[in-house]
Amino acid sequence: MLIYFVRRLALTIPTFFALMFLTFVAIRLVPGDPVEARVGERGISPERLAFFRHQLGLDLPVWRQFVDYVWRMLHGDFGVSLATQQKVLTEFLTLFPATVELSVCAMLFAVLLGVPAGAVAAVKRGGFFDQALMTISLFGYSMPIFWWGLLLIMFVSVDLGLTPVSGRIDLINFYFDQPTGFMTVDALLSGQSGAFLDALRHLVLPAIVLGTVPLGVIARMTRSSMLEVLSEDYVRTARAKGLSPLRVVGVHALRNALLPVVTVIGLSVSSLLAGAVLTETIFSWPGVGHWLIDSIGRRDYPALQGGVMLISSVVISVNLVVDLVYGAVNPRIRHGR
Amino acid sequence: MKTIALASLGLAALLMGSTAASAKTLVYCSEGSPENFQPAINTTGTSFDASLPIYNRLTEFKRGATQVVPGLAESWEVADGGKTITFHLRKGVKFHSVRDFKPSRDFNADDVLFSFDRQWKPDHPYAKISGGKYDYFNDMDMPSLLDSIEKTDDYTVVFKLKTPNVAILANLAMDFASIGSAEYADFLIKKGTPEQFDQVPVGTGPFSFVAYQKDSVIRYKANKDYFGEKALVDDLVFAITPDATARYAKLQTGECHINGYPRPADLEEMKKDASLKVINMSGLNIAYWAFNASKPPLDKKEARQALSMAIDRDAILKDVYLGAGEKASTLIPRTMWAFDDAIPQTPYDPEKAKALLKAAGVATPLDIDLWYMPVSRPYNPNGKRIGEMMQADLAKIGVDAKLVTYEWGEYRKRMANGEEVTGQYGWTGDNGDPDNFFFLRGCPGGKPGGSNPTKWCNAEFDDLLVKARTISDQAERAKLYHRMQEIEHDEAPELLLAHSIVYEATRANVTGYLQSPLGRHTFEGVDVK
Repeated sequence: MLIYFVRRLALTIPTFFALMFLTFVAIRLVPGDPVEARVGERGISPERLAFFRHQLGLDLPVWRQFVDYVWRMLHGDFGVSLATQQKVLTEFLTLFPATVELSVCAMLFAVLLGVPAGAVAAVKRGGFFDQALMTISLFGYSMPIFWWGLLLIMFVSVDLGLTPVSGRIDLINFYFDQPTGFMTVDALLSGQSGAFLDALRHLVLPAIVLGTVPLGVIARMTRSSMLEVLSEDYVRTARAKGLSPLRVVGVHALRNALLPVVTVIGLSVSSLLAGAVLTETIFSWPGVGHWLIDSIGRRDYPALQGGVMLISSVVISVNLVVDLVYGAVNPRIRHGR
Repeated sequence: MKTIALASLGLAALLMGSTAASAKTLVYCSEGSPENFQPAINTTGTSFDASLPIYNRLTEFKRGATQVVPGLAESWEVADGGKTITFHLRKGVKFHSVRDFKPSRDFNADDVLFSFDRQWKPDHPYAKISGGKYDYFNDMDMPSLLDSIEKTDDYTVVFKLKTPNVAILANLAMDFASIGSAEYADFLIKKGTPEQFDQVPVGTGPFSFVAYQKDSVIRYKANKDYFGEKALVDDLVFAITPDATARYAKLQTGECHINGYPRPADLEEMKKDASLKVINMSGLNIAYWAFNASKPPLDKKEARQALSMAIDRDAILKDVYLGAGEKASTLIPRTMWAFDDAIPQTPYDPEKAKALLKAAGVATPLDIDLWYMPVSRPYNPNGKRIGEMMQADLAKIGVDAKLVTYEWGEYRKRMANGEEVTGQYGWTGDNGDPDNFFFLRGCPGGKPGGSNPTKWCNAEFDDLLVKARTISDQAERAKLYHRMQEIEHDEAPELLLAHSIVYEATRANVTGYLQSPLGRHTFEGVDVK
């Protein structure tokens, strides 16, 4: 197991280097640089342009800039945002809890709805519920997040007045310190009456929007996995033993059918973070996705490079943990060639 | 079934939520996060807006206008032919307190010196804090304009200039010239956290800073000691809402009271909503189509006039600006005091355009380059579409325009070098002073790398431009600017396309809100009924 762990860990090193390289190159392929991005119609004198480029090290050969960047990264230095002059790591840590809170809620929404729905669809295979669910999940899977978010805001928030439009808390009625950065937790800690419920109300729409695509995937995956399991001999045996249908499906079939579903949930972490970029913009959710979009516009190289690396670290770490857990659970993976 | 019903009721109650009684709060839906709270190092309107409630300047723009009025300086004298300006500072002005700093003294001349020296003197202890890029101080040519800034006593500061320029009074009302607390700066230096000066701001303005959460909210509270027009609400909140549709929805639901940047496509619907108010005014900007007067055949006035008359600007305003634009007759919008309403609009007259080309001896078909802007700007929402419409209009008079563009940085550089034959460009005013627009057609800007992409240089225009900088009497200055507008109209170094019309929307119960021609958002004197 230790060898497997070391081998798996070693595999992440080239991944990190590849990521560093790609991020570094990609942002430099976008026209303009951080100095020019600040300049308006008035322009900038060649002297000032040269001065600021020198100050930021942009006048160095690109390979040298890359080496410096890698060196800093290896020392855990993610740099300072050119726009805000704040440490990239500080900005990331300030914003990341909001993204995690939203992603966890979105995943809860997707799992709590998707798994039972997929299981029921499998049991009622070919029936109306099955057909309807598959259509809806396909619809959800292919839904453009931006459009879906705005539609929900218009209908649920503006027309029905059921949820707030955007943000994380009612800014007029609630104000408290946020030691954890998780609004629901901080609302509870604040002791202000109604704050926790208000934080939950603000989470409803963004979580639904962000969770819609994983919901579609999980529902479909659960259904197909369940169909496979339901045709297994041991399920037939369980039925023959006279167990109740609920027990057969819920205990014997679903538990085994969930293995590939768990894999999909693990894989969804990266797509959730990608979806968060749009969801956070629509719902004014102060997370890392929106921050990265802003950084691209400002050509804020350190924020963008550091941000991507930090997010990638999270995704890679999650995948590593998932792989290790699998390795522990399934020896075939551990010893696979 | 009963359980499901109860659960549904519980969920509905949760979703409907509860509201608690609160102090009077004004919520402004802003469009983005500020870079920091130090206007001297910022360049974006979003960042300036966030600092505006906190700080004052020596001079101020009158709320809702471009007129310069007293600020922290309650009066001033211009002497020495416009080269010496003596400011008499207001007494008894209190700085705000923040969590770990309480000011021990009132505002005085030391704060003025600190605020300018930081931007001006490279050896100042704060010069390099937070990146040390003082773009506006440099862009407004302050280093080459200023000879000295001296304090003669605690409440008198004398600015000596190298060349006369009364427009400096408008410069000093700009955000970059905000006055911070020198005492707070010293305190932070001793504490070892000077960068906090730009993150946790201390000013003298109508609101004091309370808290900021990136990409989420900025909170301010009313400054009860404010010397000027008082805040009528207890708290001011900037709800940072980047998406325009979400801003509109929040305005509809009352989650915010003012939306500074509505989408043009939403305006008609907004106007029909009785719970909202839509206000508008000409933006302090200009979109134009520059003719490079250094390149034939556009070195001939008639050829430039001909191209000007070939363009149907009404169609462009209708199709591209979607009503959020006003046909321009001069470089400056009508909200500025130097605007000359006697200047006629350039007519759309293809026949006359053909005749003028012929009179100028320009053979058709004529091939020209038409550079279009690769980015959307407040004054030009879609350069490519405008370019295509212009191209079609020009074809009607026998001019074959080839559409050209570059990456924005490259575009600006090449335009400044005069590489284009014709090209779209524009300008957003900084301070409402006419000089801040007319300098764009000055002869110095016509040199390679200069700010005048038309490369047109007219001696009379240039003399008047320089002379106007020395006259402090507004009516006298206006006469010179009127003459300059006549010359520019006759010489046609460009076709003036449009000034954008800037819209803002508020809840109907918001009173006292005044739109600023400078694109600022200010909240003193604003109330929620």
